[in-house]
Amino acid sequence: MAKITLDNLAHSYLANPTSEDDYALKELNHVWNDGEAYALLGASGCGKSTLLNIISGLLKPSRGRILFNDQDVTDAATAERNIAQVFQFPVVYDTMTVRDNLAFPLRNRGRDEAYVAERVQEIARMIGMEAELDRKARGLTADAKQKISLGRGMVRKEVNALLFDEPLTVIDPHMKWELRTQLKSLHHEFGHTMIYVTHDQTEALTFADKVVVMYDGRVVQIGTPQELFETPAHTFVGYFIGSPGMNVIPATIEGNVANVNGSRVPLSQAFGKLDGKVEIGVRPEYATLSASEGLPVKVRRVEDVGRHKIIRAEFFGNDINIIADEGAAIGADMNRVVFDPAHINVYANDWRVEGEAA
Amino acid sequence: MEKTVNQKAWFLVLPVLLLVAFSAVIPLMTVVNYSVQDTFGNNVFFWAGLEWFTEVLESDRMWAALGRQLVFSGIILAIELPLGIFVALNMPKKGFWASVCLVLMALPLLIPWNVVGTIWQIFGRVDIGLLGHTLDAFGIDYNYTQGFIAAWATVIVMDVWHWTSLVALLAYAGLQSIPDAYYQAAKIDQASRWKVFRYIELPKMQGVLMIAILLRFMDSFMIYTEPFVVTGGGPGNSTTFLSIDLVKMALGQFDLGPAAASRSCTSW
Repeated sequence: MAKITLDNLAHSYLANPTSEDDYALKELNHVWNDGEAYALLGASGCGKSTLLNIISGLLKPSRGRILFNDQDVTDAATAERNIAQVFQFPVVYDTMTVRDNLAFPLRNRGRDEAYVAERVQEIARMIGMEAELDRKARGLTADAKQKISLGRGMVRKEVNALLFDEPLTVIDPHMKWELRTQLKSLHHEFGHTMIYVTHDQTEALTFADKVVVMYDGRVVQIGTPQELFETPAHTFVGYFIGSPGMNVIPATIEGNVANVNGSRVPLSQAFGKLDGKVEIGVRPEYATLSASEGLPVKVRRVEDVGRHKIIRAEFFGNDINIIADEGAAIGADMNRVVFDPAHINVYANDWRVEGEAA
Repeated sequence: MEKTVNQKAWFLVLPVLLLVAFSAVIPLMTVVNYSVQDTFGNNVFFWAGLEWFTEVLESDRMWAALGRQLVFSGIILAIELPLGIFVALNMPKKGFWASVCLVLMALPLLIPWNVVGTIWQIFGRVDIGLLGHTLDAFGIDYNYTQGFIAAWATVIVMDVWHWTSLVALLAYAGLQSIPDAYYQAAKIDQASRWKVFRYIELPKMQGVLMIAILLRFMDSFMIYTEPFVVTGGGPGNSTTFLSIDLVKMALGQFDLGPAAASRSCTSW
């Protein structure tokens, strides 16, 4: 187990990167604390897998250093780093039995057979494949194969970190939930440092203590699920997390009032002069449809998703979403919206600006 | 809805039928026809029944040729398969040099059989050939027209030179289809180079290797031109493989019946 430090890390797949755009992973400083479970969340192609492969040593970074427990491992081979990694698509050794597949990493490290047998049995129970142990891995279904891959990742107890690269993509929803729970309990039991890459926010939020959100090769926010929800540091975080995501509306700010197309939206904080593209962000959960107060909106449609209703509306030419209680009656006269001032975030050039108490 | 029945569709198959008939069925049936007839020339044939088949099956000459053929095919497979895999494993995976390697690999495959034979026939000559002369200079007794071992060695090396590329290219295609994740997982699992080969590369190449074995076996089984040009089946009968024997029988001695019968036997 180890604390993993990324020091001025950056990576480009080009031989001679010139501009910032050439980097798949922009400069990054971060410490992954020993024994914590992280989720790395972001859209496809944002550099998540690149970062993971750099940590496991499959990829050498263009710049910067990686330290395991303050020891520089930037040039160390994957084997020396003692890391377990599970990939998006199942990798099994076709000609081996399920048992030999699970035992493979232990045997390669020269562990004695009694220990191997015991660990394999334990892992097989965990992934629910005890009955198939003596079957050849060839011909198993994709999710059975992926369970074997997961099992191979977890079979070594003494790894420095466990890395998961969207491991549950091919697994069916019911099993997904179960495996995620297994991973979590594994984390509680052994306290491995775990990094879990995903583009699924539910997966990220349920798995991790801390969620690292990446966007366009850059880490835009690291925080607890609560922080990501309440105070997204970047409009991408607001939009990416939440269902539907945060409403982002162009505005101008004067003190503690936002001006949207000539209408005044009160804020709970005061701001100085802001340059560039200024927007306010408010989550659909903190917007309320009303008949009497607030600013005018044009309701387009109401979607009932079961636990609540989502109102799709037009607000001064911007599409916004409002969430209403499942039981709430939505009348034809409700054509105004109220934003909760305490939960309006202000963004300048996509980055959140902290105001002063008004 | 009723299905429309239109028997005229059969006409669409006609061109293929004609083509296959002239290129395969009719020649093959001619051979079968010859195998049950006897002739003294002038296109006059007599019915011979299964006589030629009995003769062929009892003839030492045909069994000896078949034996030599199997040994030859076995040896070249035993060399070309591992060698081809070895070459494929060491070829660059991508980039400029990968293309260069592919072109170089494909070159021998582009050379016609008789040219390959001629190249080696000259290459191996003791008086003017580079190989023959060099070996001779080292004091090695090498003469493919007289020595049994020299003749076999030449024919085998020639085949390996000509066809290992094919195995290598097929194996290379098999290797290229292995996703990167497999190699990455193997690194994570700390598999040795041998284990990567044994448990990842070899199983993934299985399909193409089967094709390679099949192609090389079939091709070597009907090999004719190359040994014919180099050794002419000699010295003695030592490199007389099935096809060479057959042509000797059919054209050299004009024994169409036995030749056809032996061809029919070995084809099955």
